Amino acid sequence: MALDPKKHEMPTQDPQVRAHNFNEVALGYDEATAVAEASRCLNCKNQPCVSGCPVNIHIPEFLKQVKEGNFEEAYKIITQTSSLPAVCGRVCPQESQCECKCTLGIKFEPVGIGRVERFVADYHNAHSTEPAKAPASNGHKVAVVGSGPSGLTCAGDLAKKGYKVTVYEALHKAGGVLVYGIPEFRLPKSIVAKEVETLKELGVDVETNIVIGKTLTVDELFEMGYEAVFIGSGAGLPNFMNIPGEALKGVYSANEFLTRSNLMKSYLDDPVTPIMKGGKVAVVGGGNVAMDAARTALRLGAEKVYIVYRRSMTELPARKEEVEHAQEEGIEFLLLHNPVEILGYNNPDNPRDERNGFVTGMKCIKMELGEPDEKGRRRPIPIEGSEFTIDVDTVIMAIGTSPNPLIKNTTDGLEVNKRGGIIVNEDGLTSRSGVYAGGDAVTGAATVISAMGAGKLAAKSIDEALSGK
Amino acid sequence: MYQIIRRRELNSSVTEMEILAPLVAKKAKPGQFIILRVNDEGERIPLTIAGADPAEGTVKIIFQVVGATTIQLNQKQEGEFIQDFTGPLGKPTEIEGKKKVCVIGGGVGCAIAMPVAKALHEQGTEVTSIIGFRNKDILILEDEFRSFSDKLIVTTDDGSYGFHGNVTVPLKEMLENGETFDEIITIGPLIMMKFVVAAARPFNVPVTVSMNPIMIDGTGMCGGCRLTLTKDGKRVTKFACVDGPDFNGYEVDFDEAMSRNRMYMTFEAHKRDEACNLMKEAQ
Repeated sequence: MALDPKKHEMPTQDPQVRAHNFNEVALGYDEATAVAEASRCLNCKNQPCVSGCPVNIHIPEFLKQVKEGNFEEAYKIITQTSSLPAVCGRVCPQESQCECKCTLGIKFEPVGIGRVERFVADYHNAHSTEPAKAPASNGHKVAVVGSGPSGLTCAGDLAKKGYKVTVYEALHKAGGVLVYGIPEFRLPKSIVAKEVETLKELGVDVETNIVIGKTLTVDELFEMGYEAVFIGSGAGLPNFMNIPGEALKGVYSANEFLTRSNLMKSYLDDPVTPIMKGGKVAVVGGGNVAMDAARTALRLGAEKVYIVYRRSMTELPARKEEVEHAQEEGIEFLLLHNPVEILGYNNPDNPRDERNGFVTGMKCIKMELGEPDEKGRRRPIPIEGSEFTIDVDTVIMAIGTSPNPLIKNTTDGLEVNKRGGIIVNEDGLTSRSGVYAGGDAVTGAATVISAMGAGKLAAKSIDEALSGK
Repeated sequence: MYQIIRRRELNSSVTEMEILAPLVAKKAKPGQFIILRVNDEGERIPLTIAGADPAEGTVKIIFQVVGATTIQLNQKQEGEFIQDFTGPLGKPTEIEGKKKVCVIGGGVGCAIAMPVAKALHEQGTEVTSIIGFRNKDILILEDEFRSFSDKLIVTTDDGSYGFHGNVTVPLKEMLENGETFDEIITIGPLIMMKFVVAAARPFNVPVTVSMNPIMIDGTGMCGGCRLTLTKDGKRVTKFACVDGPDFNGYEVDFDEAMSRNRMYMTFEAHKRDEACNLMKEAQ
């Protein structure tokens, strides 16, 4: 059989239709397509793809099982190293990880590893009726702070080894950024709930409404008998640009906008938590969070949505598929543009005018690219005198976050870097004995899979430290 | 789920509840707040802690029935449960080392000012309290304030009880007559706190204000509760949930905070009407 040079297309909802609903955009492969795509794998001896995966999934092995139609076997292989396959298959930037290392990709398109992974996980979730079995206890207790990707991974890996794990979540619902941040149309919440359920079947306790650093401190967790603590408390406070007008009504951080829509379900027809809908929306930033915010705004009924990004398409850090989806849905990219001021309504004759203080527009300046900066990305430089104003009603700032200070402020001896990120060594261990950390709390805003990789590393280190005891 | 152990109505629109939440009760300090959801589909609202009993494991909240969520909360009876209750959040009010303090509460804000007055009184601080209400019918916590204050002034806007006028009038009088305080701590409507700051400014008395912006998570994630402060001539963004809720009153941009609190006014009015109608139907 001749090798197909292209990946099998991922079926998606029609852009015109999906721009008005919150249902999942990508519909997933059927069995035949999954088998056909897996069959494109050359089964290279040196397995370059595995080295591109932050959790080192045994990719050629699971693809081989899919090729032979053994989907449950494939699932077992994936879950040996990944706790959240249905999530990763959807949100990983495969093009810069496993798939960019694929040998097939040198001449053709790489194997659609993420798409097949997603198929396998969905197949298992749809067909498996057997609850996961909790292994025999090894008598050790570990506390995990935060139920996002790093915390769930760390908890899952430890639970499989017989540890008694308790996950503490500050919000009322488990899942962290998978629940409050990533929208339903990209990652259905039922999938996250299912992954959390599986962890519970493995014997993990999930305690919501507990803010570590406030309700309980890290020191108290040790007093309660936990022998190790993993901190996966996530990103934290949103950054703003410090330009005039950011306190106007209608200016959101992406965290707030997405939390309102995702966690608090403001997208429903008659929501209990309000959100500004409709009108013209500008999203500032070029990452996955910016794409999520822009596409959410569109689905909430915006007549026009702009992405305002200060560099060019080449530097845009978002996952390729999300950028393509956003473009198909009609989102306009104002590249090489940077906001300098947000403008608001002000009726000088009537201080009680209800429109006062709401956003009316955003002044932007055009940019050009200069010399590369320390990270090797070309530095954007404003073009003098190129300012102009776009009419908008809502501005969403998606320009990153700074780590949450609550745990740092209440844990003696926990060292953080200049930006507030917790400092860890190559084993994920912090400056405090028995305290490990990973994910955005360490790195600042990054990807789901890198957080999972950090959770996995910490679980391994915790196991090594405790299993000898 | 968190059980309502005791419930009493302080006046026709203000209710006090004691909620069983032992971990929160153990840590709660004056000035801190909690976030609650009444039911599984409910919104998250912040309420400042009005007291706690660590031995019993209960946390006291006092709330004004003003919107859809507080209407639903108010319908819950003793023994019933609320869905979520998280805290204690925010930084406690700094009271250490203060010898003479004026505590100024306005309306339901007195519920939050009261535990601050109590804590000050218990550490031996000389406490002057000024508590203001629109009229006599909505007066709350007078006995509590009397027992924790060396001097208590009650004001009503319409003169139906105590001093006729708002809280800034007796404050100004005292300051003009040479009364001195280490600090003024004020909690109430934004407009009242703004005017307390203005009244204190000529006398250089430090003023701490307790801010109550719109919040969602309350744990330092969403950034909705941001305020603008002016520090050393520079405008800086602070977050009430982790940097506050207490701030130096002279630094806060009150006009901006008042504007931001009105962001969802139309939505809130609609939801309130909806909740009222549902309640009427139920009756």
